[in-house]
Amino acid sequence: MSEISLRIDGKDVAAREDMTLLEAARSAGISIPTVCHHEKLKPFGGCRLCTVEAEAAGRTNLVAACIYPVQKDLVVRTRSEQIDRIRKVLTEQLLAHAPESEVLQNLAREYRADKDRFPKEPSFCILCGLCVRYCAEIKQKNAVGFVDRGPSREISFVPEIAASECWDCKECFPLCPTSALQAAFVLMRSLSSFASASKPESKIQAETHSVPGSPVASDGRGIG
Amino acid sequence: MINSPAELERLRQEILSKRDPDKPRISVCAGAGCLASGASKVISAFNEELEKQGLKGDVSTKGTGCPGFCERGPVVVIDPEETCYLQVKPKDVPAIVSQTIKEKKVIERLLYVDPAKRERVIRASDIPFYKNQERNIIGNNIKIDPKCIDDYLALGGYSALAKALSQMTSEQVVEEVKRSNLRGRGGGGFPTGIKWDAARNAPGETKYVIVNADEGDPGAFMDRAVLEGNPHSILEGLIIGAYAIGSHEGYVYVRQEYPLALENVGIAIKQAEEHGFLGSNILGSGFDFNIKVHRGAGAFVCGEETALLLSLEGKPGEPRARPPYPATRGLWDKPTNINNVETWANVPLIINRGADWFNRFGTGRSKGTKIFSLVGKIKNTGLVEVPMGVTLRDIIYKIGDGIPGAKKFKAVQTGGPAGGCIPEEHLDIAVDFDELAKVGAIMGSGGMIVMDEDTCMVDVARYFLNFLTQESCGKCSPCREGLKQMHRILTNITEGKGKEGDIELLEELAVSTRSASLCALGRSAPNPVLSTIRYFRDEYEAHIKEKRCPSFSCKQLVSYYIDPELCRACLLCMKRCTSEAISGATDRIHVIDQTKCNKCRTCFDVCPSHCHAVRRFSGEPVPAPIPDELRTIVRRRKAQ
Repeated sequence: MSEISLRIDGKDVAAREDMTLLEAARSAGISIPTVCHHEKLKPFGGCRLCTVEAEAAGRTNLVAACIYPVQKDLVVRTRSEQIDRIRKVLTEQLLAHAPESEVLQNLAREYRADKDRFPKEPSFCILCGLCVRYCAEIKQKNAVGFVDRGPSREISFVPEIAASECWDCKECFPLCPTSALQAAFVLMRSLSSFASASKPESKIQAETHSVPGSPVASDGRGIG
Repeated sequence: MINSPAELERLRQEILSKRDPDKPRISVCAGAGCLASGASKVISAFNEELEKQGLKGDVSTKGTGCPGFCERGPVVVIDPEETCYLQVKPKDVPAIVSQTIKEKKVIERLLYVDPAKRERVIRASDIPFYKNQERNIIGNNIKIDPKCIDDYLALGGYSALAKALSQMTSEQVVEEVKRSNLRGRGGGGFPTGIKWDAARNAPGETKYVIVNADEGDPGAFMDRAVLEGNPHSILEGLIIGAYAIGSHEGYVYVRQEYPLALENVGIAIKQAEEHGFLGSNILGSGFDFNIKVHRGAGAFVCGEETALLLSLEGKPGEPRARPPYPATRGLWDKPTNINNVETWANVPLIINRGADWFNRFGTGRSKGTKIFSLVGKIKNTGLVEVPMGVTLRDIIYKIGDGIPGAKKFKAVQTGGPAGGCIPEEHLDIAVDFDELAKVGAIMGSGGMIVMDEDTCMVDVARYFLNFLTQESCGKCSPCREGLKQMHRILTNITEGKGKEGDIELLEELAVSTRSASLCALGRSAPNPVLSTIRYFRDEYEAHIKEKRCPSFSCKQLVSYYIDPELCRACLLCMKRCTSEAISGATDRIHVIDQTKCNKCRTCFDVCPSHCHAVRRFSGEPVPAPIPDELRTIVRRRKAQ
């Protein structure tokens, strides 16, 4: 794979042809914020916090760095007034769902986002899809997926798969950027509604509780 | 099975030789709109009546594609005279057969009346609605029974395919389409020839071509009319495109909600296979191509090409990032070319008549014609095909005949739900891709919704944002969260809960959604908000600052009141009130109980025009009801 060169934040960066802007920037020590990105997973382009300005042939486009391929002589700006404003609003929108998330709070400090800008809807989940994609791509179990669309979209475990696969795995739990254990609550909810679950409900609750930082209260509801 | 262009011509001559141009032909629109207003009963009535009057063999009757004048359906055209009858009912049929068919007499009452000249118009092409159009694509609909391939062949059907396969290299076909400057009719307006070239030059043996027939804009039915009315024209375009690109497999992605389109496209594919326009060694050229139909499951976002591709693959219909573009990595990662229905329908015309002919229509960077679906507060609802560059004013007033009910025009929304609202001051712009963009709207796929003075522009923005919020796939956060927040704020404003700063917040959300969203849905969704703020900011401010809806449309900001000085106690409003909120009697002035009123507006509409006693209030308090003791009306007795 041949190397190409592009400019990121005024710095000449050499990159492999198959790299994304995010990979090229990180390889040069330039940081770009992401919430839905994970090195082991295919780029998703969902959170859009990695939006950057990419200029080619005199035209500047706003693109998602995690998914945009590097191009020769591309001029990339990872910070600008415009980008910061976008990241601020995106962070504020996500904070409405997960006000306590450390990842989001750090972003809020960086981009001066107001966590109370939008009415709270503490679903905890910001639909980054890390659990869904990890389960599909790495574990190849598809025990958890997205259901519904638009604002009604949520993650849900497939009880039939989750009952047999999830107890000994739970590798998706630490991936969650909001409350470390949003997935645990969703998992428990789907299993408790699964009549033929292999374990009784008391054990389900005990297990989900045994993970530190769990958002699941003893009555099974999330802590608001 | 036809094995060569020469055989095709022989078949065409054979079909034509059996058709007597002087024989009376009755064409009844059997498009979705006319069928809904009873066209199939009209067709059976004609068949029965012709039999009854002993004319069965002398007259042909057919249900055709939609000619576009939906407002006055069912539409009947009688050839060779081209007599056009509108709003025909089965009871009109015996007279039509005995007078128009037998005696060649025109039935005046079924003709169109030109409101400007107050004259009756006999021929369809003389009706102003049609006269001011350029009907290259939908003009053939009324001449074709979509279930009959012979009708299409009689009009020269598949001759463009024969020409491309026998006289042109695939390169020349691409070149001709490039030279025509045809741009995608689905919304993006990307040059079709360049798109074809990219797919043609992409490495790989297997390539796909796709018809995007997932038309989902509320109020838009251009593609539907072409699919239902002239499906072979789309298939012919697709086969030519496949030959140009080097594809041997194509798909027609039709939304499930178009059952007649699905049926007619299915029949057309079968006929094309039987005639040898599909399959292997098409017309003896050595070129192989097959088409499958895929039914969409009702997601608006699947009209976006990458979402459509994933949906075709059986995955959730969610857009993915481009690049890579479908031209290099599309369906099952193979080079794929997707065009909209209307784009494909233009292809046979360009191949047959040449790029120069096509370039005669249109403006600098927008060539050809465009079909619009003209709906809303307009007298002539229907499908309108005009050359690019015609003004909005001509479309609305010359073709559409203006706004009904002596109301004032307020805005026209072009480009579907994610389009922009254009006010009176811009009605003289030329309708093309670039000019519409300059005023904050888009061409989109051709939706055109006219609004009058009773329409609240904040409520319009709320309505479209509601649609788009529901139809967002939810994958990327600026679209999912941004649209939801904008919809919430707009709802608050229309309910009188708007706050200082809401307009600025809407603008900020619109910018982040437009700039950062993954696909065209999110990137264009803020248009209704931005364009209404741009042109109707005063309406937003009235709602927010004065809690007033200037159009008296937002129910929670409007109150109805009966003026005691004007009320004649006629009981009309009281009887028609839908919430039993009006009290009164024959001699008692009527009073609305504001706590019971559901703001349905019925009292306002039914109050006789010589009284005008019902008044509307918005942004100001409603006067206190008249005291009970003053409510009795003493009527002057008639002289004995």
